Amino acid sequence: MTESTYRIQGATGEWEVVIGLEVHAQVSSKAKLFSGAPTAFGAEPNTQVSLVDAAMPGMLPVPNRECIRQAVRTGMAINAAINKWSRFDRKNYFYADLPQGYQISQLYHPLVGEGVITVQLDEKDPASPIKEIGVERIHVEQDAGKLMHDQHPTRSYVDLNRTGVALMEIVSKPDMRSPQEAGAYLSKLRTLLRYVGSCDGNMDQGSMRADVNVSVRKPGGELGTRTETKNVNSVRFVMQAIEHEAQRQVDVLEAGGRIVQETRLFDPDKGETRSMRSKEDAHDYRYFPDPDLLPLELDDAFLDECRQSLPELPDAKRLRYEEELGLPAYNAAVLTADADTARWFEALLAETARIQKKGEAEVAKAASNWLISDLFGGLNKVGMGLEGGPVSPEHGAELLALIGDGTISNTIAKQVLEIMLETGGAPGAIVEEKGLKQTSDTGAIEAEIARVLDANADKVADYRGGKEKLFGFFVGQTMKAMQGKANPQVVNELLKKALG
Amino acid sequence: MTDLTDLGVRALRDGVRAGEFSAREVADAHIVKVAAAKPLNAFLVETPDHAIAAAKAADDARAAGETLKPLAGVPIGMKDLFCTKGVQSAAASHILEGFKPPYESTVSQKLWDAGAGMLGKLNMDQFAMGSSNETSAFGNVISPWRRNDGGNAALAPGGSSGGSSSAIAARLCPAATGTDTGGSIRQPAAFTGIAGIKPTYGRCSRWGIIAFASSLDQAGPMARDVTDCAIMLEAMAGFDPRDATSLDAPVPQWEAGLNPSLAGKTIGIPKEYRVDGMPAEIEALWQQGIDWAKDAGAEIVEVSLPHTKYALPAYYIIAPAEASSNLARYDGVRYGLRDLPDGAGLQDMYAATRADGFGDEVKRRIMIGTYVLSAGFYDAYFTQASKVRTLIAQDFDNAWEQCDLLLTPTAPSAAFGLGEKSDDPLAMYLNDVFTVPSSLAGLPAMSVPGGLDKQGLPLGLQIIGKAMDEQGVLNAGLAIEQRAGFAARPEAWW
Repeated sequence: MTESTYRIQGATGEWEVVIGLEVHAQVSSKAKLFSGAPTAFGAEPNTQVSLVDAAMPGMLPVPNRECIRQAVRTGMAINAAINKWSRFDRKNYFYADLPQGYQISQLYHPLVGEGVITVQLDEKDPASPIKEIGVERIHVEQDAGKLMHDQHPTRSYVDLNRTGVALMEIVSKPDMRSPQEAGAYLSKLRTLLRYVGSCDGNMDQGSMRADVNVSVRKPGGELGTRTETKNVNSVRFVMQAIEHEAQRQVDVLEAGGRIVQETRLFDPDKGETRSMRSKEDAHDYRYFPDPDLLPLELDDAFLDECRQSLPELPDAKRLRYEEELGLPAYNAAVLTADADTARWFEALLAETARIQKKGEAEVAKAASNWLISDLFGGLNKVGMGLEGGPVSPEHGAELLALIGDGTISNTIAKQVLEIMLETGGAPGAIVEEKGLKQTSDTGAIEAEIARVLDANADKVADYRGGKEKLFGFFVGQTMKAMQGKANPQVVNELLKKALG
Repeated sequence: MTDLTDLGVRALRDGVRAGEFSAREVADAHIVKVAAAKPLNAFLVETPDHAIAAAKAADDARAAGETLKPLAGVPIGMKDLFCTKGVQSAAASHILEGFKPPYESTVSQKLWDAGAGMLGKLNMDQFAMGSSNETSAFGNVISPWRRNDGGNAALAPGGSSGGSSSAIAARLCPAATGTDTGGSIRQPAAFTGIAGIKPTYGRCSRWGIIAFASSLDQAGPMARDVTDCAIMLEAMAGFDPRDATSLDAPVPQWEAGLNPSLAGKTIGIPKEYRVDGMPAEIEALWQQGIDWAKDAGAEIVEVSLPHTKYALPAYYIIAPAEASSNLARYDGVRYGLRDLPDGAGLQDMYAATRADGFGDEVKRRIMIGTYVLSAGFYDAYFTQASKVRTLIAQDFDNAWEQCDLLLTPTAPSAAFGLGEKSDDPLAMYLNDVFTVPSSLAGLPAMSVPGGLDKQGLPLGLQIIGKAMDEQGVLNAGLAIEQRAGFAARPEAWW
C-alpha cells in the first residue's frame, strides 16, 4: 500500500483530500427489482411500467431473485461479507418521479457487508502504486422515474420506465486521497461489474453513476466537513468534480469560512460543482422496514450457486496471464482491464493453439502482441471495437497461423488485416484472392537478387569493401522486387550467398 | 315460500345445487333488498349486473349438468377496500372517488372463480381507519339494530367493515368480504350479531386490497354463521406469488373439517383481558362462553398474556406508521383526486389534493405515523413498538404451551350510538383492545354472536387460535354458536 502524495497547495500550506464514492450501478436483469416490467434502455416513455411501478392501489412488490443474485455475486467478487439475513426499508419522500412516495432500499440491514477493491493507480502501468480501497456495503434499491421538463411550456411530464429498476448502491469507505485514486477505483469497479456481469457499466446511459463525497484536511488531521456531489456520470467528471470541489473547499477554509454539509451538483460544461441543498433542508426520510416484504434470507445452496457462477476475476486473470502464459506485465494488464477484451483474447488464444497444434503458452505472447498493437491499432483507425467488430477471434487465429507457418510475412499480415477490417473477410481467402502468399521459391528469388545486385553494382562494391550495413538495403530491394511476398529468411540466406 | 334472503351461504349453495330455487331467483331477491335498504347506507356502489351474470352462469351450468362451483348461486357483498375491475374501488375515501381499477384483487377474483356474484361495494371506514364507520367519506353506515328502549338512536355497525356487517345483519347479502387490521372484521361482526373470521396473516392475498397497514391487514369473510365463514374462507384463501407475505401453504377443507366437539381441547382464559370498567354484561357473557366451551368438552385454564396492556399503544404506533407511508401514493399524479389550484406547483398540488381528499381520521393517522417515524423519535416509538409486538407474539407462544385456543370477549361494549365517540379518538381506539393483540401476532381469530345485552344489542365472543389453526378456531366457534343458539335479528325499519 502506498500513501498518496496528492496535495493541494494552499496559502496556509498543504491540504489533503479525503474521498468516498457511493456508486449506483443498475443491475443487469431483464425485469425490475420488484415487478415483472422490462428494463430495456431507450424504450418509448411509459412503455415499461407495471401496475406495481405505477403504485396503483393495492399493488405489492415481489423481490426479483435474479437482482438479488447479481448483487450477491458482486459482493463475492470484492470478497465482501454476504449477509444471509437482510431486509428492505422504505425511504419516504414525495416527488413526481416516485409513484409510491417511497423508495424501497436497504438502510439498516444491507445485503452485502464490508469488502475491498484493489486498484492500480494507472492500470496500464504495472509499476504504478497499488492501493486497497474499502467497500463499506452494497445494498439493492429501486431507481426512480424521470421528469421531462422540455415537452410542454407549462407542464412537466413523467416517464416511469426507470421506476423500480434494480440498482446496487456500492458505498466505499473514505479511503481515497486523490482524484486519480477515485478514478482508478471507479474504473476498477466498472471492470469488476462487467466481469461479474451484474452491471453493464455504461455510464453514458446512466447504468452507473457516482455520488462523490469530498472533504479536505491538513495532512493527517481531523476529518473535515464533507459535501456530496450527486450523480456524476463519467470517470473523468468524477475526477474533475473532486479537483474542483477540493480546491473550492480549500479556498473557503483559507478565506476563514466553513464548509457546509450539503448536496451539490456537478456541471460538466463548466467543470465545477454548485450547491443543490444544504443539510438544513434535507429530507427526513423516515426509514422503516418495508412491511410488504419479508426479510431476505439466503440459504447455502443459493450462495454456493452464486459463488460457482463467478468467472475468473481480473486480478486473478492478470496473474495467470503473467505466470502461466508468460505474458509481459503490460500485456496482461491491458488484456484483463476489460472483460470483453479478455474474453476475446482467450477465444483467440484457444483457436490459435488449436490450429497451430501448440500449447497456449507457446503462442500467447505473439497473439497478445498482435492483438494489442496490430488489431487495437487497426480497430482504432476504423473507429470500431473488438466486440461485434469486423474481426472474429477465429479469423485472428487464422491470420496468426498464416504468419506462424510462413505463408505470409508480418508486413503482408498487416495488409491482410487492413482488408479484414474493411471487409470482414477471412485472412486465408484474402491471401489467396490477392495472391499474397509468401514464396520460398529460390529460383525466383535468386533471379530478383541477381537483378538487384546488377542494378546496384556500386553498393555491392561498398558492401564487399566493409560497409556491411548495406545488407539491409539489399534485403529491402529484393523484398520490394518480390512485392513483399518473398520469405525473408530465404531472401537473407540467398543474399548472403550471392554477396559472398 | 322461504324468503331467499333469510338463507345463508350453505343453504343457498345447496338449494341451487338441488334445484330448489334458481341462482337467478337468489340474486334477484337480494338485489331488491339491497335497492330497498338505502337508509342503511351499506352499499356505496350496487352491481346487480355482476350478481345476475354469476347467477346466470350457475343456472346454465346446472342446466348443462355440470358440477357447480363451490359458491355458485351465492351473491355477496365486497368491501370497498378490494379493487374490483371496472367498478369504483375507493376505500370509502374522496381521494379515490371515481377510481375504477383495471385489475381485480386476488381475493375477489378467487370468489368470482368460485362462482360467487357481487351485489355491490360495501361502505367502510375510510381506508379502514375507524371502529364505527363514521370516517367514510360517503356518510356512515347505520346498523340495522336498534336498542330496545323504543328510541330511534342510530347505532354504529362497527368498523371498519361496517358496510359488510350491516348488510349481512340486515339480510341484504348472506356473506361479505371484510378486512381486519386491528379488529375490523371481528368488532363489526360482534356489533351486529354475525360471525366473522380473520385468518392467519398471509392466508389471504393482500394483492389488490387497498393497503392500510401492510403487516397487519388481512382479509376474511363475514357471514351469518360459522359454517358460512368456513365456506367463504376456503374460497378466499390461498398462496399468491404476487404477495411476498402470502403463506405458501395448502388451503385446508375447513367446511368438511368442522366439528363442534371440543373434547381434548384446552381453552385458555387470558386474565389480562379482564380490563377495568368492563361492563358486567360482557363479563357475564364471557363466563357463559366458558361454560359453553366446558359443555362442549373443553378443559378451561387461566393463562397470562402479560404484555396485553401494551398492545393498543404499540398498534397505534405501528399501524399509523405503515399507513403514513402506504398512503403516500395518493398524490394526485396518476389516479384519483387531483386538486391543482391556479399557478400551483408540485408541492402545492400534493398539499391541496391530500388536504381535500383525505378525511380527518386518515389525516390524524398519517400525522401520527409521520411523527413516530421521524428522525429523533423513531427509536422511542417505532422501534419500541416493534419490540412490544415481538413480546406480544411471545406471550401467545407461551400461552400455547398450556392451551390450544383462547376465549375472550370481542369488544368491550355493545354497539354505541353514532356520534357518541366520534369526538374522542382515544375512546374509539379502546374498542380494539381485545382484537389488537392477535392482529399484532398475526393469529387467526373470530367473533361469534353470544347473546344480547339488556338493550337488546348483540354481543360477540372471540376465539383466538394458533397460527394456521383456523380449523380449531372455527370448531370452537361452532361449539359456541350451537350452544348460544343466537337467533335474534333486527326488525326491518329501513
